[in-house]
Amino acid sequence: MAAITIDDLRGNPRRLRKEAVVKNVFRSAAGLSILISIGIVLALIGRTWSFVGEVDLGTLWGDNWAPRSDQFSLKALLTSTAVVTGIAMIIATPLGLGSAIYLSEYAKPGVRRTLKPILEVLAGIPSVVIGFFCVSFISPNLVQRFFDSAGTFSLAAAGVGVGILTIPLIASVSEDAMRSVPRELREASYGLGARKITTSVKVVLPAAVSGLVAAFILAVSRAIGETMVVLLAAGSANASQFSTNPFDEGLTMTAAIASQVRGSDAAVSQSVVDSLYFVGFTLFAITLILNVVAERFVRRVRQAY
Amino acid sequence: MTDTSKATETQPDVDRGISLVPEIGAHHDASSAHPVVFDAADLSVYYGSFRAVRNVDMAVHQHEVTAFIGPSGCGKSTVLRCFNRMNDLIEIARVEGSLTYHGLDLYDRDVNPVEVRRRIGMVFQKPNPFPKSIYDNVAYGPRLAGIKTDMDDLVERSLRSAALWDEVKDRLKSSAMGLSGGQQQRLCIARAIACGPEVILMDEPCSALDPIATGRIEDLMTELKSQYTIIIVTHNMQQAARVSDRCAFFTTEVNETSDTRTGLLVEYDRTDKIFSNPGDDRTENYVTGRFG
Amino acid sequence: MALTTIAVGGRTAADRVREELTAGGGDAAGKAFQAALITCLGIALAIIVFLLYDVWGDASEVLPSRLSGLLSGQYTASAGTAGIFNALRGTFSIGAFTVLSFPIGIAAAVYLEEYAPPTRFTRLINVNIRNLAGVPSVVYGIFGLSILVERFGSFTGGATPIAAGITIAILVLPIVIITSAEAIRAVPRTLREGAFGLGATRWEVIRTQVLPYATPGVLTGTVLALARALGEAAPLLLVGAIGERLSDRVGFFDPEGLRKPFTALPIAITDWAKRPLNSGFFQNSAAAIVVLLAIVLVANSAAIVLRNRFEKKRG
Repeated sequence: MAAITIDDLRGNPRRLRKEAVVKNVFRSAAGLSILISIGIVLALIGRTWSFVGEVDLGTLWGDNWAPRSDQFSLKALLTSTAVVTGIAMIIATPLGLGSAIYLSEYAKPGVRRTLKPILEVLAGIPSVVIGFFCVSFISPNLVQRFFDSAGTFSLAAAGVGVGILTIPLIASVSEDAMRSVPRELREASYGLGARKITTSVKVVLPAAVSGLVAAFILAVSRAIGETMVVLLAAGSANASQFSTNPFDEGLTMTAAIASQVRGSDAAVSQSVVDSLYFVGFTLFAITLILNVVAERFVRRVRQAY
Repeated sequence: MTDTSKATETQPDVDRGISLVPEIGAHHDASSAHPVVFDAADLSVYYGSFRAVRNVDMAVHQHEVTAFIGPSGCGKSTVLRCFNRMNDLIEIARVEGSLTYHGLDLYDRDVNPVEVRRRIGMVFQKPNPFPKSIYDNVAYGPRLAGIKTDMDDLVERSLRSAALWDEVKDRLKSSAMGLSGGQQQRLCIARAIACGPEVILMDEPCSALDPIATGRIEDLMTELKSQYTIIIVTHNMQQAARVSDRCAFFTTEVNETSDTRTGLLVEYDRTDKIFSNPGDDRTENYVTGRFG
Repeated sequence: MALTTIAVGGRTAADRVREELTAGGGDAAGKAFQAALITCLGIALAIIVFLLYDVWGDASEVLPSRLSGLLSGQYTASAGTAGIFNALRGTFSIGAFTVLSFPIGIAAAVYLEEYAPPTRFTRLINVNIRNLAGVPSVVYGIFGLSILVERFGSFTGGATPIAAGITIAILVLPIVIITSAEAIRAVPRTLREGAFGLGATRWEVIRTQVLPYATPGVLTGTVLALARALGEAAPLLLVGAIGERLSDRVGFFDPEGLRKPFTALPIAITDWAKRPLNSGFFQNSAAAIVVLLAIVLVANSAAIVLRNRFEKKRG
């Protein structure tokens, strides 16, 4: 055996250099996400700040959202957003949770393998399509049929559409949570003579409750952030009045942002454009908080099992 | 990878490998014709602040089979993985003390673990062929090293050395996943051999195999030691007795301050001595089956 | 509770046991619960069928009779001749930008799973990416408007497919990273160890073992992201997609179009869906939806075929 020197163990310098280059390329790709976040925050913050400086903040709690007349009722937008989100959750929570319990606890593996991808198809349908469905079907055939006071466009119709959109989200996050409940817990319950319904409702659901809460919060966040369904189904006026009636037209925060731009031209004042950033910042802050809270709950599930 | 032992007074800085001989005299059999390949002195492995193994001293000789035995959790595998720097892959792992390879500090700043692993091959507990053809599995290492010519020949020689050629020569292009567990493990040995290593580390290579497949791997080890130096970790004392020339017995001790266990090397000697006339009670208890 | 009924006199123990063991059949609450669950799932699935049926009902006035006219037509004022040529062109270029961003997302995932040390900075990146995935798409639109259209307008040309494409690519980047990272995490540790043990460098392990094994999962994730990208409308409104006729006529693959005003399929759908129900435009909108869903479906099917092929190769 010829004597080995340290040079033999140094390795091929070209290979080492390549290794370092590749690592740095990958690291910059990951670092890009930080840049994007900073970009988003900076993009929002600057003009939110100028908005706060240039308008009468008293109008934020007024009754009218009409940027062209210097009326910036954040209250009206928040209320509409809450109405749409509330209706969406009334629709999506039972349907999503029910689907999840069925898929996780009742469906045979084969059935689950078939049905779950179909549910995922629903998740993949673009929101403009749901918006179209709201206008062409949900509003005339459901909302207007059962509620005479409802117009062609209403927050209720938008709420139903957003609800449909969030069903797959609730279903998949809840199902993940329930499936991560250990088998032993179910077996212990069956071993005590409990029936399936008792086991599902009294054992599995409570054990997965953190995940279910996370699913709900994520869905709320998603519903608040949904734009196109609301833009198409809730009425697309540039202005909106404060109203808690779900059968009125209305503007959510997202729709206010989107319709603002669509109607904008060179003639609009600076404060109109800035209001869009202000609403965007509010929206960003609300959804961020919700997502962070949901993340906490998800992590709690992971730690438990 | 700090080497604190360098600073201590008991360790002369020059040619540590030789100067250590009197200290651990029993470990170095003067009559042995085989030179020392690895020399571990005061080797400890930490995971974060937890010391997994402490104070290992041993010399591994060329063309011998050295076996690490001991109860589970005693750090045999951890020590084994120091020898080709596989521990580097665990972020929090840290090695203290010295480990030399032909007198070169394996944990020197200038040493590239990738180069070390080419020279010191490894076979794992569970057969882990790549999801590629049998041929591509064997050719994997040489191709990475940039070898392009005579690949067919190299693959055949490696498979012959691993006593697998006759079984697979007609289906070299089929997936390695279709082989039996024992065949897969021999393929992993062939794969390691193809890199042209000097040493082959085997981490419980037979623990996932049936007795017949185990027997074939053991025979293979005896054949291979004329060309390679082999270190094997095993749970199976009979296996250690059958195949090894030297044997290291590790055990664990409970740490007083925390509810953790640290592994340590109890005794290292020729295998026949370990099994017939061990120098330590703990070794005797273990090899006679009274403990572990 | 049938199970707790105590049998009385005259019967053998075997009779009693048999009776008790078979008594669970009449579990009305359980049956009702299960029926309710099936109804929930049934409604969710029925919505899909209903939606497709409804869209097709409106679209059937345009498709298949006027398919070629729709695909090649310009954005005219007459519903009978209006088409989605430019919308398709815009959506195509946005899709191209999105696909170009996939390597960045996959590289980020590789870094996070294979290289990143378990430091606070790594955790920050991870949390940050998950939060980015939850940012409403309209906020990405504001980002695109402010940064890409206005700040870097000289590079993007303002409200162009370049600005829109980059905005959408950034929007789906977190999804690409998260799904790719999941696929990479599923690669068995033993494969990596085997390759490292043979003297492979980290990049060689990634190139020869990790990425090939993770390909099916990565592919599925990226295609889902692509489908999402093609259907996204809100950010496009903000970066200035226009719903009217474009003044320039540009060929489908002509790079000239990248620096001109643009529209996209979801924008055309939105625009026409706002017209009166019987205007003919509304039906055009439905037809455009069919085209959009077809594109998304083709992308998804391609992903499934590719995934199966790669999975087979995995052996």
